[in-house]
Parts: sequence; C-alpha cells; structure tokens
Amino acid sequence: MTTLTAVSAVFERELRVALRRRAEWIQPLVFYGIVALLFPLGVAPNDPALAVFAPAIVWVGALLAALLAVDRLFRGDLDDGWLEQLLLTDAPLPLLIAAKFTAQWLLTAAPLVLVSPLLGYGLGLGDGPVGVLVLGLLLGTPTLVFTGGFAAALTVGAPRAGILLPILVLPLMTPAVIFGGGAVRAASAGLPADAPLYFLGALLMLSITLLPMAAAGALRNAMG
Amino acid sequence: MPALHVHDLAVVRGDRNIVTGLGFTVDSGEVLHLQGRNGAGKTSVLEVLAGLRQPDSGRVDGRPEPQERHWLGHKNGLNAALTPVENLVFWAGINGLALAAPRDILAAVGLKLQMHRLCGQLSTGQRRRAALARLIAAKRAWWFLDEPLAGLDVEGLEVFAGLLVAHGAEGGAAIITSHQPLPGVVPGLRGLRLGA
Repeated sequence: MTTLTAVSAVFERELRVALRRRAEWIQPLVFYGIVALLFPLGVAPNDPALAVFAPAIVWVGALLAALLAVDRLFRGDLDDGWLEQLLLTDAPLPLLIAAKFTAQWLLTAAPLVLVSPLLGYGLGLGDGPVGVLVLGLLLGTPTLVFTGGFAAALTVGAPRAGILLPILVLPLMTPAVIFGGGAVRAASAGLPADAPLYFLGALLMLSITLLPMAAAGALRNAMG
Repeated sequence: MPALHVHDLAVVRGDRNIVTGLGFTVDSGEVLHLQGRNGAGKTSVLEVLAGLRQPDSGRVDGRPEPQERHWLGHKNGLNAALTPVENLVFWAGINGLALAAPRDILAAVGLKLQMHRLCGQLSTGQRRRAALARLIAAKRAWWFLDEPLAGLDVEGLEVFAGLLVAHGAEGGAAIITSHQPLPGVVPGLRGLRLGA
C-alpha cells in the first residue's frame, strides 16, 4: 500500500506539473507535427515515394520528439531538490522512476500515437500499414521514452548534458526505429509484420523492466 | 532511540581534506549545531551523517533508517509550478503517507494565506517555511537540516525554534548547520565548530 501510494504520488505529481507547464510538453508534439507535415512539402505532395518514406518520417519524428522531451526529465528535479527527496524515501526507487517515465510517455508520446493514423494516411499509407504503424508506435514509443529517461538519469548534473544525451541515446533507440519502420514497410509490401512487432514487444519488455533499475542506479551514483 | 556516534571522520572534496579526525556523539533530545565558514565542510559532514554519502575514512554508528530521518538541504524540494499544499501532499505521498490535514500543517508554519499560491510566486523565506512543514507532516526521530534558517524572518525563526524545542521534548534529535552563531535563536544548542 505504501509503495502504491508513493508510485501514484510520483505519477500524479508529474501530470499536475505538466498541466501547469503546458508549453514544455506541447513543444515536442509541435516539433513532431512540423517534421511530419513539412517533409511532404519538400517532395511533391502526391509523390508515391512519400508512402515509402512515411515509416521513416513518422519514426524519426517520434525519436526526435522523445529526445527533446527527455532532456529536462530530471534537470528540474535536481535544481529544486526534489530528486534528493525522492532518493531519500524508502519506497523502491526503480518503481518511482518507472512511474515518472510512464507519465512522461503519457504526456509526450501517447499523443503522437493518437495522431499517427492521420499522419500515416496523409503520407499515403493504406489501412493495413497504418494499423501496423499505430501498433508499432504503441509498442516502440515507451522504449524510446524509457531509454531516453535512462540516459537523462545518466547525464543528470553533468556539464554539457544536452550534447552528451543524444550521443548516448541514439544507438540505444535505433533498434526501435529499425523494427518500427520495418514493420510498416513489411505491411506496405503485403508481407506479415509480426516479426518486427514481436521485436518491438521484446524491446518494450526489456526497457520497462531493466531501465528503471538502471536509471535508479545512475541517479544514486550521480547524487552520491 | 540509539545515539549517533561519529569516530575519526574524514571528508575529502577533490584533492582536499576538508574535515579530518571529527568525533562526537548525538543523543536523543539533543540538538547539535555545526557551525563554520563557507567551505568548512558542514554540508558534506551532514550528508555523511544522514547517509547521503559515505565517509572517506572513519565511522558513523547508529545512522538512522530513511523512515527515521528528515533531510532538508540547501534546496527546498519544492516544485515552483505547485502550491505548498500540493508539494506537501506529494512529498507525503512518496513517503507512503496520506496527510489528513495538510492545510493545518502549513498554517502552523505561518503559510495560511500563501498555501494555495504557486511556490514560484513565494518569497525565499516562505518557500523555506513550506519545506519546514515536512518536519510536522511526518514525525521522525532524526532531523538533518542544512542551513534551515536561510531566508527566514523573525517570525519564521520563532516557528522553527518552536518546532525544534517540541522535537527535543519528544525525545527527537537534530543536527543543524549554519554559517553564523545562533545565540538565542534556538535554546539548548550544543555547538561544534568546523574548520576552526
């Protein structure tokens, strides 16, 4: 009960703070929209090549939006002393961090998943590939957020963290983009997309079970 | 409540020994005041005593468990986008507590009129009071307070002194730091000067 209270307190707090600072979490969504909408303007809007590039556009947009959002995930908590209080509770820190990452996903990535059918159709994908795109994003975006969150924990308080974070995180996020894009390409070609989606599911399981623990260790190390 | 024993404690920052050979005991009902100039190692020693960092040499016996200690650092642990009430309730939440009357607690530290304003709009002293409210929200035997009086006005000092006296009367112990001597601010202080 105590752990559940602590986990829900972290989750609720993240949402409450986000409600008060709308600009911070709307920014990645706007960024994502700009990437996805401007790309077709750089090509002829009815060019069939757009449908070929669609998975890459949507997934790279999601990756960049996730990167933009995680940069400040722990910085504010470090600056105002909340991180110190979080580390001092006797509630399991990995669970508190998982709650924080989940709230971050809900705020910054879930809306991307919701608007992805619009983007998919807009970029010329058919019904089947759009369904796979949504499912892929649903499975893959938590991996992007949890991986980014882990990197944010590793670099918290580090000088020039803004440069270090993308360098650290890109190789870890790349598999999600490869399998996510691959699933949509397979569906577009009329092939089964199960295999890349299973890989995304496996990455999701690994991310949500291991990365909160790794992030907790990184934060304790940074603060100790 | 077991006493806290410090034996031959040393703290190193970078390549500099900032504290060496420190030893003392703090018993229940006692308030120890660590005083010293900037850079004397007050915060580092307090962090070691509270269990936030390990000593570079020496030993600390009787360090309290997380649920037995309050830590108040230089930073208040308050989010500027939340009100004092929200900050207090969420702090209690991460510690597994459900507060029945957070407003009464904030009123007790003199924030009756400010408790629903965002912390970002409060003065330094008011934010410090909001942080000190945690000492009332959860009864804990050990208080480790780093510069707790920073930014407090005369009324704030009285509130803090009252909290400390009540804590000592209940058998609690506290270790507090400050740059300045605290004559008359808090009764019954035992002083220890660092970096003398």
